[in-house]
Amino acid sequence: MTVIPNVAGALETSDKVASHLHPEGSFDVADHPIPTGLEEIWRFTPLKRLRGLHKDAPIATAGPAISTDLAEGVTVREVGANDPVVGSSGYVPSDRISARAWQAAEVVSVITIPREAVIVAPTVVTVRGEAVDTASAQHTVIVAEPFSRATVVLRFEGSAVLADHVEIVLGDGAHLTVVSVQDWADDAVHYSTQHALVGRDASLRHVAVSFGGDLVRMNVSVEYGTSGGEAELLGLYFADAGQHLEHRLFVDHNAPKSKSNVDYKGALQGQGAHSVWIGDVLIRKAAEGIDTYESNRNLVLTDGCRADSVPNLEIETGEIAGAGHASTTGRFDDEQLFYLRSRGIDEAEARRLVVHGFFADIVRKIGIPGIEDKLMEAVEAELAVNIGTPAGAGNIGTPAEATVA
Amino acid sequence: MSTLEIRDLHVSVQTETGPKEILKGVDLTIRSGETHAIMGPNGSGKSTLAYSIAGHPKYTITRGSVTLDGQDLLQLSVDERARAGLFLAMQYPVEVPGVSVANFLRTAKTAIDGEAPKLRTWVRDVNAAMDRVDMDSEFANRSVNEGFSGGEKKRHEIVQLELLNPRFAILDETDSGLDIDALRIVSEGVNRFSAQGDRGVLLITHYTRILRYIKPDYVHVFVAGRIAEQGGSELAERLEAEGYDRYVQAAKQTAAAGAE
Repeated sequence: MTVIPNVAGALETSDKVASHLHPEGSFDVADHPIPTGLEEIWRFTPLKRLRGLHKDAPIATAGPAISTDLAEGVTVREVGANDPVVGSSGYVPSDRISARAWQAAEVVSVITIPREAVIVAPTVVTVRGEAVDTASAQHTVIVAEPFSRATVVLRFEGSAVLADHVEIVLGDGAHLTVVSVQDWADDAVHYSTQHALVGRDASLRHVAVSFGGDLVRMNVSVEYGTSGGEAELLGLYFADAGQHLEHRLFVDHNAPKSKSNVDYKGALQGQGAHSVWIGDVLIRKAAEGIDTYESNRNLVLTDGCRADSVPNLEIETGEIAGAGHASTTGRFDDEQLFYLRSRGIDEAEARRLVVHGFFADIVRKIGIPGIEDKLMEAVEAELAVNIGTPAGAGNIGTPAEATVA
Repeated sequence: MSTLEIRDLHVSVQTETGPKEILKGVDLTIRSGETHAIMGPNGSGKSTLAYSIAGHPKYTITRGSVTLDGQDLLQLSVDERARAGLFLAMQYPVEVPGVSVANFLRTAKTAIDGEAPKLRTWVRDVNAAMDRVDMDSEFANRSVNEGFSGGEKKRHEIVQLELLNPRFAILDETDSGLDIDALRIVSEGVNRFSAQGDRGVLLITHYTRILRYIKPDYVHVFVAGRIAEQGGSELAERLEAEGYDRYVQAAKQTAAAGAE
């Protein structure tokens, strides 16, 4: 163990500093008081619409039906909550809903990509809810064994009140893509906690796609096993009238030479559409030589929307390769529309082109052609809601103020 | 035979201190087959004229008319004006991230023609148009104007001019920021367009340099929001020698006299 000189030690940021980037995790529900809504981690979430998940509403152990379409070579098994694979990502619940859901899930699905297996076809897990009258919990662990390469797609559909955990464990040198598509019906409430442990020289690409649901809140977090891991966290969301879509990212750079890149893009349209993006990055003292960048861009398409976007960067060592963030929220760029329209393209088509273009780079980065096409179709369907077909041109409301916290 | 007619055009913009009149009564008639050059110092309102005709929302037309073969252009939306046969090559072409040049050109062509171009000939036409302005066909896959150099953006405007082939083209300082090779390439594109014989060109420029390559039939000196003098191409030569100072001073005196 190295001895830190007293002076240097005094200058270092204390781990005791009050910061929501240093959550006191606990598996015990009693350690997490019922939130009031004023807490930093709750202040953007409409608690009233959580259907009591944050209080004491019963959470059933059996949830929506899960169907798994396994790619060849990938296995799935069910284990009890006491199995050592459960919790192997290192995650400890840092909020009340997460702790409650963790305790409620008695059966855990474990998807395993065997060591050194290179699997091109995606494994697709579809969770389909039927009703919103009772809340339920689910727990999935995805284990990418060392040097494997695979893609897992999680699809959430139908109506449900679901609090779930997805643990993602990447062994040394593993390459894993996880795409989580929240394509819920209008009444669904989804509180999803997805935590990854990225092994030595392993590479995770996580993609969150949120279109449906009344309220979706995803907490996506990453920590690193030893050195050299990479995480690319991508997101795409489209909030319609009355929808609350919240994505909270937390990258814990706890190991040297680790890399992270967070890139989320969202569009909002309709009265009461609300998106929240929180990008937390913590660079710990040990995390020398790391490189991180996070970006969130929001495109506000109509009046009455609200986009909150808060990047947070907490740095405990100056010995890093790079750290930065960007956040923009804006309405349609009038100059882009003018340029396109001056070439004869009508307003509706011009708006569609601009929105397509806005999402295109994220969609391209996902790198799975079948999924890319579906996403562009989904964007198209969302656009049809407000922008309409070219015949309905000109009906769009005047784009309004967006708020950036 | 078509006519673009601008009559007594007055245009204002909103400023922090209220509306400010930029164009103070512009009269101009351009017939197909003619090339008109509008020359003037910075701030004289040349670009305002171009953008007002095209329908940019920033400009408010307070008086006057713009007609194309008798049709009132000012009643049309931006895209309707383009479909009526107007094209504006911009001084600062806008970047549209994520929209490929190929997609953009095809969408514009479809909008202008009212039907999608034939796939086989279209790809060939696009490649040929890009080749003529010395643009690599690889640009077709790039986002519209994103990361293009100043010269590449202007050449892309000329590609659009050739492919969309409007009845009237307004070129707003298309020559600005171009090196001599790019200037020649862009000018040749404009000349190919005019050489069809039945197209009108309104060439807006600050410098006489481009007029070595494009020979205007008419030259208009634009100062303080209106046309101060008109003539043939010999007027451009005089401007080259004398500059705009004489006109600017005269406009100041007129303004001062008006204020008294």
